[in-house]
Amino acid sequence: MVMQEPAVQDENGFDTYVNGGVPSTTGPKIEVVASNESDPGAATFCIRDEDHTLGNALRYIIMKNPAVEFCGYSIPHPSEYMVNLRIQTDGSISAVDALHRGLDDLINLTSHISSTFQDKVQAFK
Amino acid sequence: MTDLMKSRVVLGAHNVSHVSSSDFPHNYDGDLAWDIEKFKKNFKVVVGSLNEMDMEFDLIGIDAAIANAFRRILIAEVPTMAIESIFFHDNNSVLFDEVLAHRIGLVPLNADPRLFEFRQWDDTPTDLNTIVFRLEVKCTTNPKALPDEVDPKQKYINSNVYSKDLIWQPKGAQEEVFADKPIKPVHDDILLAKLRPGQSIVMDLHAQKGIGKEHAKWSPVATASYRLLPDIQILKPITGDDAIKFQKCFPKGTIEIEKGQAYVANPRKDTASRECLRHKEFEDKVRLTRVRDHFIFSIESTGALTPDALFESAAQVLIDKCKNMKQALNDMGLPATYDE
Repeated sequence: MVMQEPAVQDENGFDTYVNGGVPSTTGPKIEVVASNESDPGAATFCIRDEDHTLGNALRYIIMKNPAVEFCGYSIPHPSEYMVNLRIQTDGSISAVDALHRGLDDLINLTSHISSTFQDKVQAFK
Repeated sequence: MTDLMKSRVVLGAHNVSHVSSSDFPHNYDGDLAWDIEKFKKNFKVVVGSLNEMDMEFDLIGIDAAIANAFRRILIAEVPTMAIESIFFHDNNSVLFDEVLAHRIGLVPLNADPRLFEFRQWDDTPTDLNTIVFRLEVKCTTNPKALPDEVDPKQKYINSNVYSKDLIWQPKGAQEEVFADKPIKPVHDDILLAKLRPGQSIVMDLHAQKGIGKEHAKWSPVATASYRLLPDIQILKPITGDDAIKFQKCFPKGTIEIEKGQAYVANPRKDTASRECLRHKEFEDKVRLTRVRDHFIFSIESTGALTPDALFESAAQVLIDKCKNMKQALNDMGLPATYDE
């Protein structure tokens, strides 16, 4: 499966062959780009090497969390391969926890879709 | 918010309304928070058709954000094998090296990508990351051809170069691993180039694992798409000649007539053309909608994997993405503070 590989740089300092061969922007996979130290409930995460595929799915599942007041994502520039994800909670949980919870929910959701799908395909065959 | 807006996309004559889902907590009364048990109860998969290349199935009870993630991953992120490097020894055909190389790169291969590794740019080729092919074709005149023969296929030998001319050269353990299913192009009859006597193509070809995001030749699907199930609501009876006219507004089999009255027989056949909204007599009598959480999904494989295997791979890619993200958060000192 596609695994996240560390950035490999060629002699000119350009990243090559990251994320299954697709060149990426340099930097860590995820960064907290805007957050107020005194309010852990709000944060913007900058996620590299991701697009609408994960951005929108994550936005949906995080919005399903009742403790989250706002969640949205954007791709700031089409030639930069990154997603900005903004999370604001009601203060009962931190934005980082909301993100973790969203990822956990998305994993469970996808596993269930996959196993149901496999069962139905087996029954159909 | 009406129930209609919650569950249906409404097709108007000049607009489409209630497109976005709104079932989020605090939007309206009811328990709208994410609940996996509730999801498991509602979610359904119905397989409509399945063979080696194509598949159609319904995903019922999921949001567009999730269905779209699957569609996008199928197109761009499920890996396959494709020819990436070509070493030309001879090519005096009318096709330039780079044009021919591009053509050959697009030929689908039947190799199972799950048995291979990605080859990073500085990796040496091994039997785990590279498949080697050899193509050696020389065109000559056919001595047995009649003097007035005009068909190039009869007049010459090897006037057409086909994908079947790509001969797999097993390396290392490959012969054993792929004993049941020798590696070859999915289709034998893809025309790669045309030759005339004296012309020849000789090349070694290396196939690698990759994903559609980098180049479409690695996309495992011809198409992966979905549409929402149409739901035609007849609000007031449509009868007599109107019923016949109404029936003709839709593809055959969508609307049937019983005792002079039109009824919806099979909404799946509707193409959502909205033709019936153009006629005054059906005004206020019909409402065209689509079910927002009912996806009619279709996958057309290029042949390396069966469509059901592709969908399972796509699910795994999505799970891996989430796990990578969690790992990245943990690595930067932002672990979850609740018990998972």
